[in-house]
Amino acid sequence: MSMNEPPIGAQARFGAWFVAFRARAGLRFARMQPAAQAMQDFLLKPLLIPRDRVLAPVLPAKSRSGAALMLVIAIMTFLAGLTAGAVHLVADASRDWSRAIAREMTIQVRPAPGRNLEADVAAAADLARRQRVIEEVRVMDRREGEKLLEPWLGTGLDLGDLPVPRLIVLRLANGPAPDLASLRAALAERVPNAILDDHKLWLGRLKAMADTLVGIGLLILTLVLLATALAVAFATRGAMAGTAQIIDVLHLVGAEDTYIARQFQGHFLRLGLKGGAAGALAASAFFLVGGLIFGRGAQGTALEQVEALFGRFSLPFRGFLSVLVIGVLVAFVTGVVSRVTVYRTLRGMEQAQ
Amino acid sequence: MANFPERDESTLPLWPEPAEPDLVRFENVGLRYGIGPEILRDIDFSIPPQSFQFLTGPSGAGKTTLMKLVMQTLKPTRGRVTLFGENVSQHSQAELARLRRKIGVVFQDFRLLDHLTTYENVALPLLVQGREESSYRAEVIELLRWVGLGDRMHVPPVILSGGEKQRAAIARALIGQPALLLADEPTGNVDPGLARRLLRLFIELNKSGTAVVIATHDLALMDMVDARRLVLAEGHIHVYE
Repeated sequence: MSMNEPPIGAQARFGAWFVAFRARAGLRFARMQPAAQAMQDFLLKPLLIPRDRVLAPVLPAKSRSGAALMLVIAIMTFLAGLTAGAVHLVADASRDWSRAIAREMTIQVRPAPGRNLEADVAAAADLARRQRVIEEVRVMDRREGEKLLEPWLGTGLDLGDLPVPRLIVLRLANGPAPDLASLRAALAERVPNAILDDHKLWLGRLKAMADTLVGIGLLILTLVLLATALAVAFATRGAMAGTAQIIDVLHLVGAEDTYIARQFQGHFLRLGLKGGAAGALAASAFFLVGGLIFGRGAQGTALEQVEALFGRFSLPFRGFLSVLVIGVLVAFVTGVVSRVTVYRTLRGMEQAQ
Repeated sequence: MANFPERDESTLPLWPEPAEPDLVRFENVGLRYGIGPEILRDIDFSIPPQSFQFLTGPSGAGKTTLMKLVMQTLKPTRGRVTLFGENVSQHSQAELARLRRKIGVVFQDFRLLDHLTTYENVALPLLVQGREESSYRAEVIELLRWVGLGDRMHVPPVILSGGEKQRAAIARALIGQPALLLADEPTGNVDPGLARRLLRLFIELNKSGTAVVIATHDLALMDMVDARRLVLAEGHIHVYE
């Protein structure tokens, strides 16, 4: 092979340099003299490239689809955070109700022909006071009993002729469970027209309701994570279609699929972390502001209803922790789904060749 | 018992050294898309180490397709492709990536990544190998200076001229010290003067031990060098030594 005209100086110099470059690089890579390398880095770093210079990611960091996906992730995280917080509030309120009801029992003494109602009430209260675990026995007078009926019968009625039962409220001390069987037996013997109600039926219903709410909350969380995963999968495919040329170049310069998948995973993990953090912060702010508003004392019928349902509307620390965990989980799901999608798409591209 | 002179085992080979395998060997290779006719038929050729050749033929003859087959971004529908002595028909993606690192490619349209700087584009083949930047920074800077882009290291390709982009693309192809350089119409987008200079650059590279394949249909460029020619026409390849 020969060139028809002599090479000009620059090319000849380049050729000579390239031979030397290969020789030098080969020697360097073969021996890897750490001291020489360190000295070279020390000399070149400050002169040629600023110390804090960071290489740009292989995939473009900013894109419209990326911003849209980040917004979707933020909204999903916000919704999931609200759900998790609501589950915490309901579960806590339910636990408070259960605790309050479980610490109370009621003796209902019904009027019976031939029996003195006041004497029966006093006897039943006396039997209850003999139980050690009963901390407080409070006999509701006739007026209080009638007031409980007002929501159903209305006000201004004379209930004197009706056989309205009398109630005795028993408050239990913390500690061992009371011996209900012996109390029931004693009541049946001395006050046969008295019924001991330990609120077991209500407790069961409350637990079922709370469990259902928690279950619904977990279902919503699962659906939100699933929707996020699907959104990320579609966004990844879109991003891959938009960066097909970059992927092509990466393949041609010797990148493995694992490297490309790692780039996409890193890219989407960053988006997921930003979106997840924004959503989690928004959800936390919602509960903080809600807690502040309700913490000042509920005002108005609507607020009172909310307070009746959710208690004090103050999210416990573990509630905020849950919201934070959801943000991280959403980011993690985003990273994993993008990696799996990239692998599948690359496999599909390979098989299509 | 006869006295034989003592053998110096360290200098004598136990068996003859095997000849260096061809970098690329195509045997009876054919390619068709779907159920269409074969666009490449019975392709037989090889690229020996340190050789220099033009791949030529009319537009649409399949030069770029043949280069894709060499890079294994396209799979042949029949025949055998051997790269660096390895039959690649059953190679995994990771094994192909390993072989591609021994090949530098210069595209007609440069294919520089616009969101990266010139420095990052040139360093890309080393970056994807997972190497630390500190281990290759000096080489990249040195190479960029030698191709005349020392003062354009930190600018994106969009503000480079055509010639600068071409030089950046060549630098990217060379930074991994490839055994084979494929250049697809490297002079298609540059003026005749720069085309001649680029050709000389490729010749100097070849002299330094890199096998070079230049795909072109520029007869004037080919007439400047007395080199091997692989001519693609009507799906067949003809080799003129």
